[in-house]
Amino acid sequence: MPVGPYQSPLAFISDAELDAHHAAQPVDYQAAPQPAGLKLRGVEKRFGDNLVLRGLDLDVPAGQFLAIVGKSGCGKSTLLRLLVGLDEPTGGRIEFVDEEGEAAEPNSRIVFQEPRLLPWFSVADNVAVGLGDGVPKAFGRREAERALKGVQLSEKSKEWPSKLSGGQRQRVALARALVSRPGLLALDEPLGALDALTRIGMQDLVTNVWRELGFTAVLVTHDVAEAVHLADRVIVLDEGRISLDLEIPRDQPRRHGDPVLAELEGSLLDTILGKA
Amino acid sequence: MTTVDTFSEGRSLRRIREDRTPSAAIGYSDPPKGAAEKAARANDGKPRRPRSVSGVALLPFLLPVTLVLLWQAGSSFGFISDRIMPSPVAVVAAFWERLLSGELARDVGVSGARALSGLLIGGSIGFLLGIANGVSKLSEQLTDTTLQMLRTIPHLAMIPLVILWFGIGEEAKLFLTSLGVLFPIYLNTYHGVKNVDRDLIEMGRIYGMSGWSLFRKVIFPGALPSIFVGLRYALGIMWLTLIVSETIAANSGIGYMANTAREFMMTDVVVLALVIYAVLGKLADVIARTLERAALSWNPAYQR
Repeated sequence: MPVGPYQSPLAFISDAELDAHHAAQPVDYQAAPQPAGLKLRGVEKRFGDNLVLRGLDLDVPAGQFLAIVGKSGCGKSTLLRLLVGLDEPTGGRIEFVDEEGEAAEPNSRIVFQEPRLLPWFSVADNVAVGLGDGVPKAFGRREAERALKGVQLSEKSKEWPSKLSGGQRQRVALARALVSRPGLLALDEPLGALDALTRIGMQDLVTNVWRELGFTAVLVTHDVAEAVHLADRVIVLDEGRISLDLEIPRDQPRRHGDPVLAELEGSLLDTILGKA
Repeated sequence: MTTVDTFSEGRSLRRIREDRTPSAAIGYSDPPKGAAEKAARANDGKPRRPRSVSGVALLPFLLPVTLVLLWQAGSSFGFISDRIMPSPVAVVAAFWERLLSGELARDVGVSGARALSGLLIGGSIGFLLGIANGVSKLSEQLTDTTLQMLRTIPHLAMIPLVILWFGIGEEAKLFLTSLGVLFPIYLNTYHGVKNVDRDLIEMGRIYGMSGWSLFRKVIFPGALPSIFVGLRYALGIMWLTLIVSETIAANSGIGYMANTAREFMMTDVVVLALVIYAVLGKLADVIARTLERAALSWNPAYQR
């Protein structure tokens, strides 16, 4: 299956400028992404008296696409924030492992429900933010252009974010997360605010970049259909515990309306709503 | 393989393009765009401009021009005494005379320099305090209450004390002007920094920004709209303070010019001083607005 017109932000060209830069400043921006696996042991998160996560054990192999679903307030967003280091667990531990199972330092990124673009930066500059500080300007600009091409927004690179539609803004946010080639990409209901058709386009885009770049993806969503469509594996979180762990036995790309997926979706919904 | 350009995205792209066509720019926004444009071009092949553009542009000047004409007529026919109010022509004559003698340039220069240095000193202090208190909890707790307390004292009430401290020299004017502009700039900078979107700051931290780079890329641009409000407010206070302090005691500047003229009953020069203040005030505001527009061009509220 060809992956279409998608161009990897990883597909670096080694032209003279870049070589010169690397000679002068031996930082390895081109390091291949190391998908980071996750090992959670008894992870607990407490806000005051409120125990949001109750001793989670979870193994996510490197490169897997994991979806976490559950009712609102089940702790799925809290878990995601722990995974990318936005919060610290109050108990248990989170370890990151590489493909061989060795401990690894993950390069993790998160995409939120709202795009969180800097309105005073152009689209390309917003994407370049993803490369972090101290990156040479010319390099940053070229990488940003490349990542924008990846999310099919090249023609918007010089626009202000305020000129973009909601779906386009979210694509910029995705490009910003991908430009640094993360080993772990956390997606916190990234498509929640989009209309149905834009959503389908974005789902395909997410599938494409994941297949292309091979990072570990953790998607939090309340849309069970979306979880089943995108993920290798879906876990259901209920009152801070994993109440269901389900493999999705279908190769990507998946067709919308696949009966096997529809059946999985139904049983997942039953579990979440407590009818099973 | 499905591409991302689902037709919903495609449609919104097209809509953005359509918005940029000239027909939209001059206010035809009804659906049959092609038709509207054709109608607009029907005359002589050029898009028709709305007829009333020049009329609308001149409208704000109608009232002041009429008032000046009435004033001149009142003076010319002897309804208004020269001792109470000079005629506009007399004011223009006074302007011309002082322009030629070089007094005007000197006085305006002196006043302008006072205003600017006051703004620079007071503005910088207010700006730095506003940033510091917006960013640092410690600094806020140390100084904010004090500043809020001092802010409520009308700075012109300090004049007797200021004269005792500095006499009637430049320092007194500089001190008063600085004090006057400090607070609006402080308050608005502080408010701007405090109100920068927390989500954006969190995003910045996730992407490895901290300290200076977080300030430069997120906090300062986010606070800028509010800082500009403070600046424009401060400009008003700057002129006000300067006028008052120059009128009390000075040996140069526009206020001095007006005060001396009063002693000799030269009402034309007094009115000239008022006009100059008005023009300088407007000029400062125009400059601030231009800066604002340039610096905030990303903000939809300032586009076009």
